[in-house]
This record gives sequence, structure tokens and C-alpha cells, in this order.
Amino acid sequence: MVPLMLRHCLVLIATLVLLSPVKAQDSDLQMLLQANRAAIEKASRSTIEPVLDALVASKLPSVSSFLEKWREKEVWQRKDDGRFFFARPADGGQYMLIDIATGAEAGLADKSAIDQLKPNSGVRAVIASTLVEFQLSDPDPLRRTEALTALERDANESHLEPLRGAIESETDPALKARKIRLERLITIRFGSDAARRAEAIRSFAGDLGVDARGALNPLVATTPGFAEDLPAGVNVARMLTPGKSIDLDTAYGMLVDADKAPRVVSTEARKQALIAHMADGQVGGIPVASLDTQEARDRAYMALVADGRVPPLITLEMKQAEVARYRFYEAYAETDPTLTEAAEDTLSSISLQVGFNRFLDLVLDGLSLASIYFLAAIGLAITFGVMGVINMAHGEFIMIGAYTGYVVQQFIPNYTASILLALPLAFAVAFLAGVALERLVIRHLAHRPLETLLATFGISIALQQIAKNIFGTQARPLTSPAWLDGAWVLNDVVSISYIRIAIFVLALVFLVLLLFILNRTRLGLEVRAVTQNPRMASSMGINPDRINMLTFGLGSGIAGIAGVAIGLFAKVTSELGSGYIVQSFMTVVVGGVGNIWGTLAGASMIGSLQKAIEFFNPSNTLAAQTYMIIFIIVFIQFRPKGIIALKGRAAGD
Amino acid sequence: MTGMIHDASSMNALLEVTSVSVSFDGFRAINNLSFQIGGHELRAIIGPNGAGKTTFMDIVTGKTRPDSGRVRFGEQSLDLLKLRESDIARAGIGRKFQRPTVFEAQSVFDNLLMALKKDRSPFAVLRHRTGAEDRTRIEEIAAEVGLAEQLHRRSGELSHGQKQWLEIGMLLAQDPKLLLVDEPAAGMTLGEREHTTDLLKAAARTRAVIVVEHDMEFVRRLDCQVTVLHEGSVLAEGSLDHVTANPDVIDVYLGR
Amino acid sequence: MERSFLIRQPSVLVFLGLLALFTIGATVLSDGYGLGLMSTSFVKILGKTLCLCLVAIAMDLVWGYCGILSLGHFAFFGLGGYMIGMWLMWARTKDIVIASMATAELPATAGEIREAIGTQIFGVVGGSRIPAIWAFADSLAIQLILVLLVPGLLALVFGWLAFRSRVTGVYLSILTQAMTLALSLYLFQNDSGLRGNNGLSGLQNIPGLTDLSQSVISIWFLWASALALALGYLGTAWVVSGKFGHVIRAIRDDEARIRFLGYSVEAYKLVVFVLSALIAAVAGALYYPQAGIINPAEVAPIASIYLAVWVAIGGRGRIYGAVIGAALVSLLSSWFTGGQAPDIPLGFYTVRWVDWWQVLLGLGFVLVTLYAPRGIGGMFDRLFRKDVS
Repeated sequence: MVPLMLRHCLVLIATLVLLSPVKAQDSDLQMLLQANRAAIEKASRSTIEPVLDALVASKLPSVSSFLEKWREKEVWQRKDDGRFFFARPADGGQYMLIDIATGAEAGLADKSAIDQLKPNSGVRAVIASTLVEFQLSDPDPLRRTEALTALERDANESHLEPLRGAIESETDPALKARKIRLERLITIRFGSDAARRAEAIRSFAGDLGVDARGALNPLVATTPGFAEDLPAGVNVARMLTPGKSIDLDTAYGMLVDADKAPRVVSTEARKQALIAHMADGQVGGIPVASLDTQEARDRAYMALVADGRVPPLITLEMKQAEVARYRFYEAYAETDPTLTEAAEDTLSSISLQVGFNRFLDLVLDGLSLASIYFLAAIGLAITFGVMGVINMAHGEFIMIGAYTGYVVQQFIPNYTASILLALPLAFAVAFLAGVALERLVIRHLAHRPLETLLATFGISIALQQIAKNIFGTQARPLTSPAWLDGAWVLNDVVSISYIRIAIFVLALVFLVLLLFILNRTRLGLEVRAVTQNPRMASSMGINPDRINMLTFGLGSGIAGIAGVAIGLFAKVTSELGSGYIVQSFMTVVVGGVGNIWGTLAGASMIGSLQKAIEFFNPSNTLAAQTYMIIFIIVFIQFRPKGIIALKGRAAGD
Repeated sequence: MTGMIHDASSMNALLEVTSVSVSFDGFRAINNLSFQIGGHELRAIIGPNGAGKTTFMDIVTGKTRPDSGRVRFGEQSLDLLKLRESDIARAGIGRKFQRPTVFEAQSVFDNLLMALKKDRSPFAVLRHRTGAEDRTRIEEIAAEVGLAEQLHRRSGELSHGQKQWLEIGMLLAQDPKLLLVDEPAAGMTLGEREHTTDLLKAAARTRAVIVVEHDMEFVRRLDCQVTVLHEGSVLAEGSLDHVTANPDVIDVYLGR
Repeated sequence: MERSFLIRQPSVLVFLGLLALFTIGATVLSDGYGLGLMSTSFVKILGKTLCLCLVAIAMDLVWGYCGILSLGHFAFFGLGGYMIGMWLMWARTKDIVIASMATAELPATAGEIREAIGTQIFGVVGGSRIPAIWAFADSLAIQLILVLLVPGLLALVFGWLAFRSRVTGVYLSILTQAMTLALSLYLFQNDSGLRGNNGLSGLQNIPGLTDLSQSVISIWFLWASALALALGYLGTAWVVSGKFGHVIRAIRDDEARIRFLGYSVEAYKLVVFVLSALIAAVAGALYYPQAGIINPAEVAPIASIYLAVWVAIGGRGRIYGAVIGAALVSLLSSWFTGGQAPDIPLGFYTVRWVDWWQVLLGLGFVLVTLYAPRGIGGMFDRLFRKDVS
């Protein structure tokens, strides 16, 4: 670094030059360059530094782009007056000169009249490094952020010094933190001072950033190796025991690859050898026709070996003996054990943190799934509780809600407005459908729950097919408003999409709303009365028909809302509802009938359980669902009436 | 006083209920109830609504599990609390419900056939052939309860009283050691009641019979020991005249 | 004793007679053995329909007679199909593999044959390793036993768990539905060992009978299906006509009451459930060789619900009702969805039955439930003034 004083001197020189008889309209940058003209024309790694410092110190806005162009060999010098320009080819072998400060065109020039500046690679590296520092110290915070982001994406050794230089002067605390973090990351990867690297490594203990793990993991990467005696200077991660921590065949294969042991003759190779040595219907004295067992083939091959016509068989014992002569190990690519040790420590503390945060993420996932199940199932639970009937067409009410949302979006292009309208409309449409179903079918099947189940199934297949006939079989999109795009990112591990948060809020709203309706309103009182004792309720003047109709409508309406919610993250098809119906049943059965809290408990249990199983077996959501259903079947053994069961005579046997 | 009456039978009580309590959602339906009945005895249990009569029967037949207490039955002192309903029935306890519950879709004969004392395991039943002996027995029982003419009618077509008799007939066919009968006379005409009384008395000659009843007139006709239940425990025991003279009982029945 | 049973059940004789007539008629009209007036594919449809009638009987036994509305019976049907399908596919692949290896320079070893079979069968799910459940696939006898054993065991375990905890009514229906959903999801996985969503295919080719044309094989299967249906009908009629039948109907009508008569309701339900599962498994084992392919979608919950619909439309609690329902609805269904039914032009809209049959079926089913709860069988009964129980 050039001392500050020198910089001031240079500026002074520049100012002096300014006074000299150069054209008056020259830009500050041009003047500064003219002042250092000699050094720029014959740039070398050792002499260029003061010039660059002067440029940086000038704090001129156009310096950055000039440096970039210079590095890219895109700066030209006019021979007659020595001025610097950018240039682009124009007609007739001429070049259009461009002012370095303003970017304005500055007239045509013949190729012969200008010289291209061709800084060598050493100079270019110094320019680049200066450029980094320059950009990182740019007065515009936006430019600094840009430069930092570029650096985070792709950094190398040469950036370390300029970055360090740009930390102290940083005024924005967020950017400063980012710079410090980046400095440590680059130190880990490219630092030359082992102590400093180790310090940087340890500073990331418990850090959740993907970048930290990205910087640390290469340090602990290992390659397997072997030697008769452990060589010095190898940073051994762990020893390998053939047959235990390393496969015998793999170990032997390593010997073969290093030409320390003869290659194994594979079964297929032996077969080919037998075929190659067939003669007169015989191989090694054994008739070909009898070679239909592996034992017979082995015997024939051994016969060929005895004749020395094929390479000998490597037996298991031979492999073991060969392998036993060497010691196998895994070695770090990084040779400094203090660094690998620090990295291992840091990584294990990170993985502890990551584990905890994964769990947190899982809980959030489970919660969001639970809120979907809750929305899908609560309507079913209410109608089941009040009327004792299972509505198989419940899934189709969900579908109706989703299609309502889709249709609304066809008319209202504003997504926010359309979703806000779709929610009440979906409720209304599904409510009406539910009321119609109750009046036309279910009422006539009172006290025949199994018949009701089947009749509503008939409705279900009819509705599904009608939807298919109207909307076709292809999936229809239900687009969420832009403000629901993206996710709330807590850190690199925990994030949750805004749609899911919205659904969670929606579920919460309906939980509160339903609790209010059931516990604080006349309708709720009557619903609870009918749930607990229909005969008594009707003798007290409650009209059960009206209650049944309203609760059925309410349950169906919420299904419609659930449909809009589900449609936001899943495509809308005629099978949308049937995908959720069994899970909804499960939620009701597990939670217990006729109780909002029960449904909440059931939804939470099924949602979190499904996520938990998926967590242990992430590749296979099908298996997760299978295990979950089996779990539920077993769970019913212990709580046949669900988590929250009505007790005593009210439950009715 | 009641102890004196039961000294003889308590030596070999058929059913022995000791300190049983059960509550539903905080309501004590049965409160520290103790009760005994001998091998060949007719007993009436009376009590106002909610006295725990039906719950008592539920406990004995295994439908309801008490919170505490013991229920022993028979010579081997079987612990009924450890058995399922069907095991208790097979051990020799028959129950007639308040509302007549017969299998209405099936004939009187088939109803009695199912009740007949036989091996009840599925595979034995699968192999079962209805022989002449079974027919005779079913006809006997039908004649006893007055349904000889109705044997091949669907039991759903029977009158209310006939259904009650069919149910009693089914109990007899089971040949239980103990019969629990819940309000057998409800909804019966006078003539039907007399017939029912005779049936129960005859049954009590060979087994123990417990009749739960509201109707004092009917209880009087039964002419047997009476146990009065109130708020889940025994209020009084003895002959009908004896208990109806008890001031506590009068208090309970006439209200305070 | 059989005599008295048949005399008491004249409808059994009528049914057996009709079935025999039907089978003879189909044979006479068929391509393989008769006049060639009936296509082989139609013979297969008839044969498959007989199998569906058989599984409908199983459903009727468990629902119509015992009151357990199982919405998972196609799990047993499908498992029966999978078990026989394993042998069919294995043995057929083995024949092909051996034939293709006959020209190799060295005679094939058993290991090589196995490996080639593994590649052939499981290549489609990305592997050649033979899963352990295929250990017996080479043996027809063992796979035939497994046809009964595997569905039977599933029914036994599931039934024991469900009945023991006294889950009844719609709860039980939902649990059975969950059971078949779990099975189908499991089978959909590639590592279920049963080729994931590809299922088992080529089942119409019977190993060892490659010289015979499908027209002949289809008739054989028609006979086998008819025989199975006859035996199933006879057996079920026998079971439900005796005292056992009275007891299970009593369970259907009032489970608590029969318990106080000393019958272990759980044991009876379990016996009926397992028996019914076994019948369904046999039906499945006969169905899928005629269908040619089985995949996990076959055991999805919807199929089992359709089964209940057939039985309800036919009239439950009557064996012939189940048969009528299954035959009628499945034949109508293939007629409508096969595109043979004429479209109805309404001017502004053309009703295409391929699109509207489901709607018709669904609504028709609702109407049957509302206005003819005893189904078609119930109308029969009214016609012959039969006393139903």
C-alpha cells in the first residue's frame, strides 16, 4: 500500500498537470491519466501501483469502468495527443472513439492513429485486485452490495487483501458484517497463515449458512489410500479395517489399481475364457454340454489354469492375504492436522445446530400440513359429529371450492382481488351444494349411516365426472397473488413458504370462528345439543332438520374454503378432493368425533407424523403414507373413539 | 334384620356383588353397592328412576366396567369383571332388556334356536345341524311361553307382549343359572302380565331370577323378596310389605 | 344333509342351472370351441364378469349378511391376483429366458437363468435383484397356496385388530378403506418388490400352454371362473342358510343383543371376514390371468367402493342379488365406457356416454339407495312374494 501522503502528492501533481496547456475541456479522469501517462503506457507490475492508488484516491465515478475496460484491454490511446479512449469498430476499418468519462462519442479515428493498451497478466491482476477494492469501497452502497454479491459467488486468493482493506472503511453495518463473514470464508479457503485459518474455521461453530459448510467441507474431504507402513506427512482421518470399515473387494481393487496385485478374473471373464478355449465340444477335458453349473465351469477353468492357458483364479484367501500386507486408511486432502481438526469440530457443532433447525423446520412443515388437514377435515368432523354420517362427497366439495377459485380468476385478473373474492364465494357455493345434498339425499337416509356413506359416494363419482366434463382432465392453475410467492427464510435450514403461512392463518381463523360459533352462539348451542342427544334436543324444541341442514352447509362451506387453499399450492383437477378424503377421514377417526379440539389434535398428529416419517425416509413419500395408515390402524386399537372421546352415556354405544 | 333372612343363602350365594361403585362423568350411578342372591331365588329390585337398576345389570352382564368393587358368580366364584359379555352369558347369566330385543328379521324358531344352550364357537355353529332333539326342545319352550302357534312367523310380526315372551323363552332356552329381567311387564295387558308372572315364578324354581320392575302391582304378584335401590346403593331389603312400611322408602317414593 | 339344504334353497339350484346354461351357451358361441360368433375378447369379458360376481358374493357375505361394510375387499382380490401373477410372470419369463439361452455357447447355469429372469422382470424398476418375496415364484403349488394364505393372513390380522377393539359402522368402513389405500400405496413403490406402478403384465400367457391360442385359453378360464362361482355360491348359500347364517344376521341386526346370548361377536366377524377375503382372493386369482395385467391402481379404494355399489344395486343380503348387481353394473359399465353406446345429440350438446356414464351410475346409485334400498334382488323378492330375512 502506498502511504497516504504519496497519494496526496500524486493528486497534487495531477492538479498541476491540470494547469498545464492541455485542452481545457478534458475530464478530470483524462487529466489524471495524462499526468500518469508514462506509467500507463509502459505498465508493469511494479510501477503501476502508484497510478492505481491515484485513481482510487481521486474517487471519480468513472474510474471503476475505466479499470474494468483497461483490464479487458479495451482502452486505446490516440497517438497524436496521447489521450485515452474506449473504442468500438466502425465502418471502413475505422474506430469510433468514446470518451472515458462521459461515454460520449468522440469522433472517428483510423486504426493506425490509435494504440491499444495491452497490460500484461501481472498488471491485469493488480488492476483486478484494485478494482475489487475500489468497488467494495464505492460510495454507492448499491454498487458495494453488487460487488460483494459477485465476490461471494466467485472469490479467489487475490481478493483476500482488497477485501480486508475494504472492511474498516465500511459504514453500513449489514454490509460490514457480510464483508467480515466473507473475509473469514475466503481465509478458510485461500488463507496462507494456518493460525489465522484455524481461527476463521472455529469462528463458524454452530453457523447454519450453506456457505460456511461449503467452505469447510472440502477441508474434511478424504480419499482412501493404503501403504505398507504409514507414510509421514499424511493427515490420516481414520484407519480402515478390510472386511469391516472397507469392503474386502474394494480394498483389493485399490491394490489392483495401483498394480500391487493381480487383477481378479471375473465370472464373466472366466466364461469368455472357457468359450475361447472350446475344442471338440470340450473345455479342459470337460464336455461343454455338462457346463451348466458354476461348479462344473470352475473345474473346467481350473483345468485350463493347470495347463497355464489362462490366468490363475484369485481365491478369497489370496485376496485376504494380499490385503493383509497393507494398511488402509482415509486421508484428508488438507495436510495440516490442526486445520482438519478445527474443521471437524466446527462441522460437528454445525451439524448439531443443523439438526436442531431441521427439527424446527420439520415442526413447521408438520404444522402447515396439519392446518391443511384441519381445514379439509373439520367440515367432515362437524357433520359426522352432529349427524353421525360420513359424507363421501366431502372431497368433491373441496374440489368445488378449488374450481370456484379457478373460475373467479378467469373473470378477475387481479390475483389478490380474485383470491379475496374466491374465499367467500367458494364457501357460498359449497354451502349451497351441501345444503342441497342434505335436503335431497341425506335427510331421507336418516339413521342409516352406511347407506348414507354409499349414497354420498354416488354423488361423489357423479360430481367428479361432471367436473371432468366441464373443465377437462388437464390441471387448471389457481395462481396465488405475488405477495404470497416466496418463503419466509429464517436461516439456510428453516424456511416456510408464504402460502403455507397463509393457510396456517386461515386454519387458525376458522378454528377460532368455529369455536366461537359452537360455544357462543345460539346455533352452536343447538348443534351441541343435537350432537349429544338428538332425541332430547328435539323434545326441547330444537328443530333437528334445520340444525342438520345448517351444520351440513357449514361443514361443506369450509370444505370449499379448504379447496381454495389447497388449489393455491396444488393443481386443480377433478381428483383434487379424493386425494384428501382418506386423510380427512383418518383425521376425524384419530381425533374423535364431534369435537373441534379432537379434529385439531387428529390433524396435528397425522400432519406431524407424516412429516416425521418422511423425514426418516425422505425418498419415499408413498412408504411414509403406508406406514402412517398402519400406525393409525394400530392407534385405533388403543383409542377406538379417538384422541378426544365423548365419555359416558352421551357417546352412545 | 335383612342379614337374618339371607344367612342361609349367603352360605352359597350364586351372585355376590361387593362394594361396587361406578361413575359417569362425575355422576355416581352406583355407590358402594353390595348385593347377594342364592341359587333358587326370585328377587325383585325396585327403585325410582336413576336409582342405578339398569347400570347394576350392565355391570353384572359385563356391559359396564365398575370403577371399584368385586362381582363373583357361581360355585367357582368366577370374577365377572374379567370376562367379556359373551363369556358371562356362557357362564350362565341371561339378560332380558327393557325394550324387547329379539331378532325381528328372523323367525321365532330361529330366535330360539340361536338361544338354545349349545357350543357357541363359530366352527361348532358352522357344523351345527338342527336335529329332532333340538326341535322338540324349541317346541317345548315355545309352548311354555305361549308361542307354539307362532313358531314360524317372523318375530318382527309379533305383538309387543309376544316379543317379551319370546325374549323370556330365549332366556329359558339358554338355560342360565341366573336370569336378569328388566321391566318384563312394561306395555303388557293384564292377561299377559299374569302369564309373565307365572313364567318367572316357574323359572325361579330351578334357577335364580332377578326382576327389575317399576310396577308395584306386578311385584306384589311375584310374591318374593324385594331389594330397594336408591342413588346407587341398597336402601332396604325384605318382603314387599316390609319395605313399603320403611319410612326411608316412603320418603324416596313420595318425594321429600 | 346336503339334500335338505338344497331343498330349502331352491334358488341355488335355479342359479346353478342358469350358470351352466350360460357357460354352455358361451362355449358354443365362442371362437375356441364353437361357432365363432363371439369374439375372444368378449369371452374374456364374460369370464372376468363371473369373477366379479364371485367377489361380489364375498362382499355380500361380509356386508349383506354380517353387516360389516368393508370398503377394502379389492385388497384381497388384488393380492390373490398378485400371487398368481407372480408365478405366471416368473414361469413365462423363465421359458423365454431358457429359449433365448439355448443358442449360447455354454449351457446356462441356474444362476445365469435367475439373473436373466431378474433383469427381464425387474429391469423396468431399475434393478435385476430378485426380491425375497419372489422366493417361491417358481412353484405353482406354493403360489397357489399363497393365493389363499397372503390375503387370508391380511384379513386375519386386520380383522383381529379391528374387531377386537370393537370398531364398528362407518369407523370400520373407513379403516378398511385405509387398509386398501395403504396396500395400494405400498405396491406403488418401486421397491415393494412387485414392480411398482408397472404391476405384473403378460399374465394372459399361460406358461407351458404357449401353443394354445388365446381363444381356447379364454374358454378354459371361463369354465374355471364359472366353476369357482358355482362353488362360491353353493358354499356361501350353505354357510348363510344354517344356524351360522342366523347368528351372523343377528350380529348384523343387533350386535349387543347376540353378545348377551353368549356368542363371541368378534370371533364370528373374524371368521366371516377371513372367509370372505379367501373367496375374494380366489376370484382375483382367476380374474387377472384373463385381464392380462395387474397394477396397484386395481387395489385403490375406489374399486372396493364400486364393489359395494354393485352389491347394493343388486340387493344385499341375497346372494343372487350380489351376482345380479355385479354382472349388470360391470357389463353395462364396459358397454357404456367402451364407446358402443350411441351418443345422444341434443343439438346444442352431444351426450357422449363415455363422459356421462359415471354421472348416470353415480346418480342412479343414489336413486337406488333412496328408493329401492333392497336393490334389484328386492324387486325379485317382491315379484315372487318371498319372505325375506
